[in-house]
Amino acid sequence: MRGKFAILCAVGLALCLGAGALRAQTPEADISWPELARDIFKGQPLNDGKGLLSIEMPYRAEDAAIVPVTLRIALPAGDTRSVKTITLIIDQNPSPVAATFTIDPGISMISTRVRVNSYTSVHAVAELSDGALYVVETYVKASGGCSAPAAKDTQDAKVNLGLMRFRQFAAPKQAPASTPREAQIMIRHPNNSGLQMDQITHLYVPLFIVDRLRVWQGDRLLLSMEGGISISENPNIRFAYRPNGAATFRAEASDTDGHVFRAEWPAAQSDM
Amino acid sequence: MRQLLGRHLIPFTRAVFILICLFANLDRSAGLTLCNNSRADEQFSLSEVAPGVYVHFGKTALMTAENEGDIANIGIIVGQDFVAVIDTGGSVREGCRFLAAIQAITSKPIRYVINSHAHPDHVFGNAAFAALGATFVGHANLPRALALRGPLYLDAFRRTMGPRLIDEVELIAPTLTVERDMRLDLGRRALTLKAWRTAHSDSDLTVLDEATGTLFAGDLVFVRHVPVLDGSIRGWLAALDELAGIRARRVVPGHGPLAEWPGALADERRYLQRLARDTRALIAQGIPLAAAVQAAGATEKLQWQLFEEYNTRNATAAYAELEWE
Repeated sequence: MRGKFAILCAVGLALCLGAGALRAQTPEADISWPELARDIFKGQPLNDGKGLLSIEMPYRAEDAAIVPVTLRIALPAGDTRSVKTITLIIDQNPSPVAATFTIDPGISMISTRVRVNSYTSVHAVAELSDGALYVVETYVKASGGCSAPAAKDTQDAKVNLGLMRFRQFAAPKQAPASTPREAQIMIRHPNNSGLQMDQITHLYVPLFIVDRLRVWQGDRLLLSMEGGISISENPNIRFAYRPNGAATFRAEASDTDGHVFRAEWPAAQSDM
Repeated sequence: MRQLLGRHLIPFTRAVFILICLFANLDRSAGLTLCNNSRADEQFSLSEVAPGVYVHFGKTALMTAENEGDIANIGIIVGQDFVAVIDTGGSVREGCRFLAAIQAITSKPIRYVINSHAHPDHVFGNAAFAALGATFVGHANLPRALALRGPLYLDAFRRTMGPRLIDEVELIAPTLTVERDMRLDLGRRALTLKAWRTAHSDSDLTVLDEATGTLFAGDLVFVRHVPVLDGSIRGWLAALDELAGIRARRVVPGHGPLAEWPGALADERRYLQRLARDTRALIAQGIPLAAAVQAAGATEKLQWQLFEEYNTRNATAAYAELEWE
């Protein structure tokens, strides 16, 4: 009887170790970019985006919960097309599509912050006004130490839920009025990825994210972000745009619980 | 896009499920046998820093397969009747070596296993103590912090430390939690536990041994090892004033050597103040996060060990927090 139990234990342990080893040998790296690209862009060809689009991220994700990413658009002189959307893909994250930005032709830079779970390639795919797709790529090493792509202060996370802040950055002195300006929109939201499971209660932390954020300059929609679970807590977008003389900026955000947050700010004087 | 989201969500949650089942299984089938080294290992130091207070000082390093996660300070307090363990190290392997060293010092039963917060270098050794009948104690936020971060830590450290060390790690949450303060009696020896508001992390807990005035500060106090910010810089700076009021004689920091109290706080306070001041100035100037975090705190570089490993990260967390002021 005892012997039988020991054998059962041994088999159980072997299964555990075996499964563990299996998992270790097949990390998420099995998700290949060609496969992902095919799924996301339905087999459309992707052109090399060098010289048209760039992606900047630190080589090492210092804080896995807050990794800055900057996308810059610079169409070659004479190219009359414009960028319609940019999709940001963190290949090895649990849900690779971090965000899709739909942008006004005057937008030349978008910067945000993402969670990075692992060593991963990161791709940005621009869709141009003629429907052609262009891709650029970078690589991020996961952070070391005890940093996790999770909230830092779960107690504080729901305080001021949906509070939005807008900031325009000072224009270079004596620049013509048409010079691109930078502005930033930030929204207070825990952006819970909803993937984690409580080991004791086996309860999920429900998905609770900002799934859409739109910013207008006057009546003109400047940019719209469809966000996924990889966008950091307190979503934050900094962008370069062409001023159109409008007196106000306006933003509207919605989250997966059906909240809608709206705010409006006067242009120029706000929070310089 | 929704389809894609769904497709990748499901295997991930299933993987988490399987992992949990595995750990549960491991727990039942392995039990005590997790530690098979009953004899103390002479390489593992556990030194008496005050009567009945023993500390193992971890290496000043990141957790690796080579150091088996042994980077944090962990210790015990021995009362008339019972022993309290404060943190368990960064792997079950380390936890087992720690347990063997404890049993070479005292045969009194381990009544409490106290975790100072949720970081892996302090809790990954918990499983070594699981079969002893001890009560696990932690901050009221600790169960949630372990639930949220535990699976992410296991994934990350399986990659860097390897499955051999990580597969046996169990995330054991406290069953006795501290909302604010709590006293534990080890038999003519009282410990005062205090749960802090978000500072180094959102589950910081300190343990004061009243008999000797020895404070186990967890990662609320770093000495020589650069402080690591994973909670709130404003909360941490506020906690420092309150910490300084604790009547202790010496502190066992989470990382770094034993130090006198409250003098040990001075360097950490200077670093956090510098980091906050620099970060606020860079935010005011409109410098974006990616550039700002390369500059904030840079003048502190020569004062600390592991500065390169953590300062940019600290600056990142500080920027994201202080931007909302």
